[in-house]
Amino acid sequence: MCLGIPMRVTEINENKAICEQSGTRVEAYIDMLDDVRIGDYVLIHAGFAIKKLSEEDATETIRLLSEVLSQDTR
Amino acid sequence: MKPDISGIIEGIKRLTPKKRVRIMEVCGTHTVAIAKSGIKDILPEEIKLVSGPGCPVCVTPQEYIDRAIWLSKQKDIIITTFGDLMRVPGTEESLSSAKAEGADIRVLYSPAGAVEIARENPSKTVVFLAVGFETTIPTITGTLEIAIREKIKNLFILCAHKIVPPALEVLASSEDLMIDGFILPGHVSAVIGIRPYEFLSRIHRKACAISGFEPYQILEAIFLILRQISGNQFRIANPYNSTVDYEGNTKAQKSISRFFIPSDSVWRGIGNIPSSGLALREEFSYFDIGTRISFPDIQSREPKGCRCGDVLKGIIEPSECPLFGKVCTYENPVGACMVSSEGSCAAYYRYRKKL
Ligand code: SF4
Repeated sequence: MCLGIPMRVTEINENKAICEQSGTRVEAYIDMLDDVRIGDYVLIHAGFAIKKLSEEDATETIRLLSEVLSQDTR
Repeated sequence: MKPDISGIIEGIKRLTPKKRVRIMEVCGTHTVAIAKSGIKDILPEEIKLVSGPGCPVCVTPQEYIDRAIWLSKQKDIIITTFGDLMRVPGTEESLSSAKAEGADIRVLYSPAGAVEIARENPSKTVVFLAVGFETTIPTITGTLEIAIREKIKNLFILCAHKIVPPALEVLASSEDLMIDGFILPGHVSAVIGIRPYEFLSRIHRKACAISGFEPYQILEAIFLILRQISGNQFRIANPYNSTVDYEGNTKAQKSISRFFIPSDSVWRGIGNIPSSGLALREEFSYFDIGTRISFPDIQSREPKGCRCGDVLKGIIEPSECPLFGKVCTYENPVGACMVSSEGSCAAYYRYRKKL
């Protein structure tokens, strides 16, 4: 039940936005976010956009991983 | 650039200590992803994944279900609900069977749909069954905001919201459970941010990582947890930074605290946890169906033999319940953990060939 779907905002009408993802279109309330723009990625849950998404940054895991993998095996 | 999955698996192997490590996946959607992807098969045997209480439907106590069913049978009431609650067995029956007998119960994708139903049925009392964790709570407060704006007077909620960090406190403190680390729920965290979890690493010295729902993200979280254990330094790692940031969604948090104050709440299997639930503030108590209708004394009973409580606490695995797969199946569920698609029993049952 706690699963949101990332979608792209394609239209905004007052407090509602049309969001799309792989051909699926839904209308969602954007009352819970500030400053939503067309083109933004948002997390949709139960008809509301609940979070604005940013680009994934995996630098930390990659750094830690290469640290661990470069050590000699036990 | 995503980290490479075989690299993560190799990293996990290298960091696995000789002693057993117990890692709890708190969220029901993680439980399903783990069962479905067969992650347990590729982990070294020292790493034990334990399922937690993160299925909102599963932890909703029997008494709540019984009250919802009772309400549905009263005159001029329309019950609106998320579909997940329909099949949960109450003491005598489920919402689903009440509906078959004629109760007006409508399954909604969004709680906001209840505003529409209330507007179209001014002579009826419309009740939304407000269950769910922090991911869902802003969709309820958003709905209440819409109802206020549109001057809807016949919409109410039956509230059983729960908040996750106080339950984690109980699990982290449990000596029986011996949890070393937590895989934290990605979309609850999208709303609450990282701060509310910090006590887990600071006070309880648990290794934690927030995870998305793809198998590689769960493996990544396990790697980051093992890394903390091997370095004996604990924190809340956040590899899911596309969706989760330190502050979370502050607007949603404000909306939640505008309507609700923390209250004690009973979790199925765990019992009462102080400040783990939400109650409407005095000035919004008119949304509470309890202020409009008084409930009779309902004698709620858990299904006989069901060990959902122990499953939810991670004390037993679903397959250790004597009813699992025999009397209790996904097609004919006995307990809530088998009903909800993200309940641990259902996840184990549906994907058990892979386990
Ligand atoms: S298998 Fe069924 S009866 Fe056993 S704990 Fe799970 S839901 Fe309850």
